[in-house]
Amino acid sequence: MKPSAGKTFLDKVWGEHVITALDDKVDLLQIDRLILHELSGSQVLRALRQSGRAPDSPPQVFTMIDHLISTRPGRHATESMSPSGAEMISATRAESLARGLQFIDFDDPRQGIAHVIAPEQGIAFPGGTLVCCDSHTSTVGGIGALAWGIGASEAEHVLATQTLPQAKPRQMRVRFDGALPTGVTAKDMVLALIGEIGAQGGIGYAAEFTGSAVSSLSVEGRMTLCNMSIEFSCKYGYVPPDAATLEYLHGRAHSPTGEAWEAAAAHWLSLRSDDDAQFDLEVAIDCNALQPQVTWGTSPQHVVSVSGSVPDPDSLADAEQRKAALRALDYMRLAPGTPLIGVPIDAAYIGSCTNARLSDLRAAAEVLRGKKVKAGVQAVCVPGSTPVKRAAEAEGIDRIFKEAGFEWRESACGLCAGLGDTRFADLRVISTTNRNFEGRQGAATRTHLASPATVAASAIAGCIADARRIV
Amino acid sequence: MEAFTKLTGVAAPLMQINIDTDQIIPTTFLGGTDAKGYGAHLFQERRFLADGSNNPDFILNQAPYDHAQVLLADRNFGCGSSRERAVWALREFGIQAVIAPSFGEIFFNNCWRNAVVPVVLPIEVVNQIADAVSRSGGQSRVTVDLEALTVTSEAGNHSFTAPPVFREMLLKGLDEIELTLSRGEVIRRFRGADQARRPWAYASNAAGSGKGS
Repeated sequence: MKPSAGKTFLDKVWGEHVITALDDKVDLLQIDRLILHELSGSQVLRALRQSGRAPDSPPQVFTMIDHLISTRPGRHATESMSPSGAEMISATRAESLARGLQFIDFDDPRQGIAHVIAPEQGIAFPGGTLVCCDSHTSTVGGIGALAWGIGASEAEHVLATQTLPQAKPRQMRVRFDGALPTGVTAKDMVLALIGEIGAQGGIGYAAEFTGSAVSSLSVEGRMTLCNMSIEFSCKYGYVPPDAATLEYLHGRAHSPTGEAWEAAAAHWLSLRSDDDAQFDLEVAIDCNALQPQVTWGTSPQHVVSVSGSVPDPDSLADAEQRKAALRALDYMRLAPGTPLIGVPIDAAYIGSCTNARLSDLRAAAEVLRGKKVKAGVQAVCVPGSTPVKRAAEAEGIDRIFKEAGFEWRESACGLCAGLGDTRFADLRVISTTNRNFEGRQGAATRTHLASPATVAASAIAGCIADARRIV
Repeated sequence: MEAFTKLTGVAAPLMQINIDTDQIIPTTFLGGTDAKGYGAHLFQERRFLADGSNNPDFILNQAPYDHAQVLLADRNFGCGSSRERAVWALREFGIQAVIAPSFGEIFFNNCWRNAVVPVVLPIEVVNQIADAVSRSGGQSRVTVDLEALTVTSEAGNHSFTAPPVFREMLLKGLDEIELTLSRGEVIRRFRGADQARRPWAYASNAAGSGKGS
């Protein structure tokens, strides 16, 4: 990068958090928010206890129950499909209370998936560093936070010191130019990007999302975009804050108020990348002709337009990509050349930190209104947070889902990652989640990733379908 | 933490791209608040057949690879989920170094904290090492030297780089948290200035009501 060039959003935010350089690559960073959930947080809290240390800054540590808690309506305090779930939930609850951390329990009205509620409650803020033992933490980049997933040892380090040694990433700018056609969403944008640059396309990079199609996305849509950064191997993804970000955050439970808000808002807006800032890599995606996307394989890069067909692995130049595609088709039990539209499904899932915010449920409800899920298809909706669920119920969205034949469940990570729930084992599922990895949603589960509208349309058709032809 | 300086051992070629942490340890086996007990489920879906018996086709079930201490893989090893159990499972199985052209970044960071060395070498080199190992039926050994930053095998002697601070930590078996706590004065000075500049980052308004509540 030229010394005369302006600064990027990342340069500014990173610079504000460097306490000291540890070597020529790794800096010791100040961490503004640590989020722990019961799946890994229970281990982190236990390890800290065993070390004899105490949390450095309890007001900056938020703990929550989202990964293992059951989504069954009427669930109780330790109910889980995972054999160790009750133990991990109880341990997280007990240690959070004993340590004076900011704890959000399973029945708290603020409860939900960590990456959904961190922005929703204003726990996260633009230009803040936020870490969590979950690779989809980058979701929170949708409000212009620098948020990323870490391991349990890193989290223990943050808990004990409120700092983290971290190497500054290279920087990629992804421009989504043009205007999204009707019925095409943030999920389709990010799937198309991953299809274009591949699951390894972002290794070592942080991704800044920009362009007219990003500016005009809702803040919730921006979260969907940032959520899947890790699926092209970018640990960090973000949309620098703008007027829409401020409007989203103003009045949230943890957002600053009054003069403090004015000062914060002015600072946050100053973080946008300078016009002359330079990036290590530039990627551009034209959104004007973008179609809804559906995955056919076992990597998010195995994706085509819904109107497309399963590609022929022989058409791939790279031998390892060819091998992986062949293995994927074997696992997915699909043949090259098969059109995606019409592939029969056993289940449809709307949930996860990717696509279970209010705008997602509204989009699905638009498709489901007055229609019925095809007989024999299991259709499940797990709202991204309890506030999302309540807001949807206030609009009557729950009734549309239920009348169509969807289950309407309590908020949690649910069936995005199986986690002990075996109901999708050996089934073909179309899902609004983020990973179609082998075994991700259950043993031998064949997952097709898509947007909420595409999942809803497919649930009605009983096979992969184009929502634009159903509405 | 356990130190690592140099290792000579059996290397198992698992030459595939995008081996994600869900494959390394599936979500079904993430239970427990302990860092132990994950090795038994390393590569569960690939290592074992439906009846629980060993899958003879999977390399880590084949002698001498069932005693592998080094794993060879293609691009983006350990991508996906942040679960540190993926590293714990590898380490418990006996793997102390993974050699690949690139790694999932969270996995890469997790390795250093668990005495597993993630070695980045160009794919051509990893392929040469894998070929040499395979030709010998797994008998030829691979040496990973963190002090010298070299990998030595029948394919030759190859240098790699590592973040100096993580390398130092692992060579000496240092406790990373202690190291940071010893910088207390620098951290306090930083926070004094930062808190004046960004008060909202410290004083989270815990009023608890507003949009979204």
